[in-house]
Parts: sequence; C-alpha cells; structure tokens
Amino acid sequence: MLATALALVFFYAPNDADQGFVQKIFYVHVPLAIVALIGFVVAGLLGAMHLRTRDDRWDYRSYVAIHMSVIFGVGVLITGAIWAKAAWGKWWVWDEPTLVSFLIVFLLYVTYYPLRYSIEDPQRRARYASVFAITAGAFVPVNFIAVRLAENLVHPRVLNQTAGDMPGEMRLTFLIALAGMALLYVTLVKLELTSKHARGQLRRLRRLLEEEGSSSGAAPPPIVTVPAKPE
Amino acid sequence: MRPVAAILRKDLVVELRTKESVPSMAIFAVTTFVIFHFGLDRDRLEGELAAGVLWVTLLFAAILGINRLFVAEREQGGFDGILMAPIERTSLLIAKAGALFSYLLALELIALPIFALFFLSDGFWEALPRLLVVAILADFGLAVMGALLASIAVHTRARDLLLPLLLLPLTVPVMIAAASATKPLLSIPMETSGVGKWLAVLALYDLIFGLLAYAVFDFLMED
Repeated sequence: MLATALALVFFYAPNDADQGFVQKIFYVHVPLAIVALIGFVVAGLLGAMHLRTRDDRWDYRSYVAIHMSVIFGVGVLITGAIWAKAAWGKWWVWDEPTLVSFLIVFLLYVTYYPLRYSIEDPQRRARYASVFAITAGAFVPVNFIAVRLAENLVHPRVLNQTAGDMPGEMRLTFLIALAGMALLYVTLVKLELTSKHARGQLRRLRRLLEEEGSSSGAAPPPIVTVPAKPE
Repeated sequence: MRPVAAILRKDLVVELRTKESVPSMAIFAVTTFVIFHFGLDRDRLEGELAAGVLWVTLLFAAILGINRLFVAEREQGGFDGILMAPIERTSLLIAKAGALFSYLLALELIALPIFALFFLSDGFWEALPRLLVVAILADFGLAVMGALLASIAVHTRARDLLLPLLLLPLTVPVMIAAASATKPLLSIPMETSGVGKWLAVLALYDLIFGLLAYAVFDFLMED
C-alpha cells in the first residue's frame, strides 16, 4: 500500500506549480501527522477501556499506541521542518497554529515516558498511565482549538471546502498515502504488542527455568523455544 | 459537601499557621519580576509584553504551590486517612483544587499591585475589575489541572521533576487565553474588545478539564 502510494507520489501526482518537487513531502508529512494525532486520541480511549475493565492488555495497547505516535511525531516534526524550509525559507515559524499545536502535543506526550517509568507498582503504573492518556487525549483537540484561535490561518487546510482546490490526481494520491500510513501504524502497533508479549513470556519462562535449576541443583534443563502467539 | 469543607478548612488553617506556600510563591513572583526587568532591560511594560511577563510569572509561581499541595498527605499519612474514611474520594480533589485556587487568588492579590508598581505607567485601576475576572477563570483551570497532576506526580519517584513537565504543556491553552485577554487590558489606552472571546475559551477549558478531572480522579486514589 505504502509502495503504491510512493509510486503514485513520484510518477502520478502533478508537481505543484508554486513549490515544485518539494511539495511531494506533503504526501508523507500530512498523513504522518493525521495518523499520529488519531493515535494519541485512540490511546486515550484505550486508557479508558483499561480503567473500565482493569485488564492490563488495554494498558499495553494504550502504551504502544502512544509510543508509536511519538515516533511518528518525530517524523512529522522533521518532515515539517524540511517542508517549511523549502516553502517558507525557514526551518521553524511561530505563526503557524498547526505547527505550534503539534509541538505542544508532542512535548506533552514525551513526558509520558518519565511518568510511566517512575512508578514502580505495575497496577498503579497502568492506572496512572491510563489517566494520563485520557487527559492528554482530551487535551489534543482543545489545544488545537486554542492555538488556532490565537494565530492567523496560514497553514494550508487541504481537505475543507474553501481550500479544496486540490486536483483529482493529487487528492487520490493523498488519500492513498493516508491509508498507507494508517496501515503502517496499525502494523507497527501490532508488531510491538507481539514483541512485548513474547518478551514477557520469555522472561516468565526464564524465571521458571532459574527456579527449577536452583531447586534441583542439577544441570539446567535444555532451553525450549516457544513460538510467540501473535497478539 | 461536608468532607470537602473539612479538608479545605484543614488545608487553609495549616497554610495560615505554617505560612508555607503563599509567601514563598509571592516572594518568587516578585523576584521573577525583577529578573524580567533585567532580562528584558525595560522599565515599563504594556500590551502583550506586560501580559506575557505577568502570566508566565504567575504560572511558575503556581508550580511552587502545586508541588507542595500533597506533600503533607504523603508524608503524614493523610492519604490513608482519607481512603479509610467513608467519604467520596473526589472530595479530596475538590478540596485540594479549592485550596490551590485560594492560594492563587492570594498570590495575585499580592503580585498584581507590585507588578503594576514596577511596570505599569497608569491605567491599572481601570483594568483591575476585568483583570480579576480573567484571573479567576485562569486560576480555576490552573487549580483543577494542578490538583489532578499533583496527585499523579506525588506517587511517582521523580515527583518535583515530573510535575512541571506534565503541567506546562497542559496549561498552554490557559496561558494563551489569559495572556491574550490581558493584552488589550494592559495596552495604552486600554481596550476591551476581544476580551470576551478569550474569557469564553478559559471558561470552556475550565469546564472540560473540570469534568475530566472529576471523572478520572477516583482511579488515582485506589489502594
């Protein structure tokens, strides 16, 4: 999907009359940003599910969703800076509500890690992380509204009606790139969850082995490989 | 409502007797004004610069008070007492937010006149009533957010470190709205247009995060 999108970006979509080739970074930057923000909000919903069900798996999902969104966020800031340099001549401008809001949201979610790692009790950690995920998830739209009000509209609003002057080919390419990016996000989240699950199982097995080895005093039993269940 | 009043009264009495938070916040604010004077190399401020200096100082001073908010509970077993008492846990949040709100108001009653004395040429008394409305709405948001985040941070290992990290990004909308509402009030001559919109933003923030904090606080207080 992503490969299709990339192929379309390079061969199908017309070059922007004003910005030329650099404008193509738009097909990476905007989907990344949209997917990352949706990921943050979804993480808040997952956190709410954890508080409701007390099931640790929801907390893990929320954690991984935030983790992936933060990684995507780094990508957004970097591609955004490159685009800004090309289009406006500066790496960073302050009069862009979308840029500033995204930076604030990013800074907020970066503090998720010190919060999570500084609580030792696993249950409390899961609960506090969920409360953070909910609060921050609700904060994302509020922040965008507040910053938008504070600044003038300069950032291109690509999908609304007034600025919907994207030619058909561009729009198609953009939508495919968006779908591809969303799929990439989901795949990465799945992968990370599987690896976390496998790591947890491995640790449990290793602990079992150690206990057995120390209690019997005999040679350690051979290591058995257990295939990790997907998910 | 009675547990809320009891906890709030306890906090205010403790503060009145020990004078732990508000005086430190006030001294910090005044010192920061002086620092700003040298940092900006300006004798008089107006408009957006005045609003920015005022609100940044108040926010940083608020962090001092928020850091102290749950310290007594943690060190002297107040949490256990409240968990064992047959009351709703959210009354702790409401009481703490109320205490913080009164600290912030007290801070502003001290810091605002000093700010005017240091930096404003005139027009302070004219702007004061509207400025107080802005301050009350902003304090409400800061108090709710501060009480919620302080109760999260107090149970972590790096608590004094974590609190500003969590609080600053979450209060950016309060800062935007408060500073933007204050800017026309401190301009020369004073303007009032555009203040209402920012008051509405502040009220919206207070409403959303007040309800949110009320909804999630229960989960922070189990065990």
